[in-house]
Amino acid sequence: MTVPAFIFYVFAVSTLTGGLMTVLSRNPVHSVLWLILAFLSSAGLFVLLGAEFVAMLLIIVYVGAVAVLFLFVVMMLDIDFAELKAEMAKYMPLALLIGVVILMQLALAFGVWDYSAGFEARLEAPAGDADNTTALGLLIYDKYIMLFQLAGLILLVAMIGAIVLTLRHRKDVKRQNVMLQMSRDPAAAMELKDVKPGQGL
Amino acid sequence: MYEFFTTTNTGIVLTVLGQCLLVLIPLLLALAFLMYADRKVWAAVQMRKGPNVVGPFGLLQSFADFLKYIVKEVVVPAGADRAVYFIAPLLAFVLPVIAWSVIPFNDGWVLSDINVAILFVFAVSSLEVYGIIMGGWASNSKYPFLGSLRSAAQMISYEVSLGLIIIGVIISTGSMNFGAIVAAQDTGYGILGWYWLPHFPMVFLFFISCLAETNRPPFDLPEAESELVAGYQVEYSSTPFLLFMIGELMAVVLMCALISLLFLGGWLSPLPFLPDGVLWMVLKMAACFFIFAMVKAITPRFRYDQLMRIGWKIFLPLSLAWVVFVAFMAKFEVFGTFWARYAMGG
Repeated sequence: MTVPAFIFYVFAVSTLTGGLMTVLSRNPVHSVLWLILAFLSSAGLFVLLGAEFVAMLLIIVYVGAVAVLFLFVVMMLDIDFAELKAEMAKYMPLALLIGVVILMQLALAFGVWDYSAGFEARLEAPAGDADNTTALGLLIYDKYIMLFQLAGLILLVAMIGAIVLTLRHRKDVKRQNVMLQMSRDPAAAMELKDVKPGQGL
Repeated sequence: MYEFFTTTNTGIVLTVLGQCLLVLIPLLLALAFLMYADRKVWAAVQMRKGPNVVGPFGLLQSFADFLKYIVKEVVVPAGADRAVYFIAPLLAFVLPVIAWSVIPFNDGWVLSDINVAILFVFAVSSLEVYGIIMGGWASNSKYPFLGSLRSAAQMISYEVSLGLIIIGVIISTGSMNFGAIVAAQDTGYGILGWYWLPHFPMVFLFFISCLAETNRPPFDLPEAESELVAGYQVEYSSTPFLLFMIGELMAVVLMCALISLLFLGGWLSPLPFLPDGVLWMVLKMAACFFIFAMVKAITPRFRYDQLMRIGWKIFLPLSLAWVVFVAFMAKFEVFGTFWARYAMGG
């Protein structure tokens, strides 16, 4: 076995283990940690494919930011897992039904899957000798700039929507007024008294 | 002999192993003395003597500490999640070590010369938060948990501005390889050609974001001893604690290396007539570390809401605006190649 093949199998096994354990582990925090392992291993697979830019983005965006927020939320949950399992068991038949339907759809889709003529040529790297960061840059920012900007706009709208829906200004909490705090100066904040000995103020 | 080390698999593995040790051992040795330097600077600012008992001038203090840590008993709190509890300090130590694999010390002196090197360092340093979060959660204790929650929010906030500042540098250079970034600062004007000048305000923002990213004072909220005892480290003792501490210091030195490479010209000499070399890189890193140590000694700790406010309301807009500014200046080559270093060709 060649070295890249060996490394591929290592990453593939750890991706699958990570994915499986994400579903199977009883503790949600462990689930998130296994999910992170799955992300990291798939980043490794991307590197093996020669897509190092995508691999790094996967780690920075998904592992470094999204999964941290997952963990952040999941850590603070206080759930009784036994109760949750019992609750889940009630929906087992429905889950099985949905699972079977999706499996059949996938089987149907891939059963008749066929490549159009000349697909091999299109699988080649499109940008010639440019490294893949440059190639991605050329594609996203030159060729598909419109679609890229539209996608960004949609995300922006979604973000603003989420903020508008959840933003409430509560009146009953104390807030810090930073400008006021920064504009304080010793002269206005305290008064020095010259205390005579034995007299006090 | 030469063929054995460059062609056969065993030889290549041995070569890589040797190179790794060549980076790692001086690094760990340097860390021992940097720890000492950190404490000495701190002591000098407070008009104390600092460590001065073990060895001449206390130089061997770090080694004594090391021995003390590894012979102590490992205490695992009841109800701790044992596996995660021990993985956390390992992660905290291993991740900063991994990042050194792409840091060059001189022209070509790098373990792995990949073309997304800077993204790699950024990715690895964004993973460092996991050691802290996992440690805090697995300890099954209130203060560590609060510390790890703070750390999660803090490191994500400051990563955003770090990333945007790095994008500015990448736009100027047109490459994400450290070698190319340093080469782009070699304009023949010595110190005036380095990126600190075209990216002047961002050097300070980058430095401050590094402080927050590595949980150094004044942003050491995850381990603020006056409120959280020691934050995520409370339940750790012995070697796991040592790993946390080394990892933290290693991350700081990594940030020093990053600042040197991105803004201070890496191994380039500040005066055009002096030769470039690894010495300049080490000197610049040491200078950066001195500033880190001074900041620790002379600044009071921030309040948590102030930290968040600075990160999201000041640093993020400023660095985003700077990216737009640099993109404009580099695209239209205002002042020639001042910002558009990629246009120099080379």
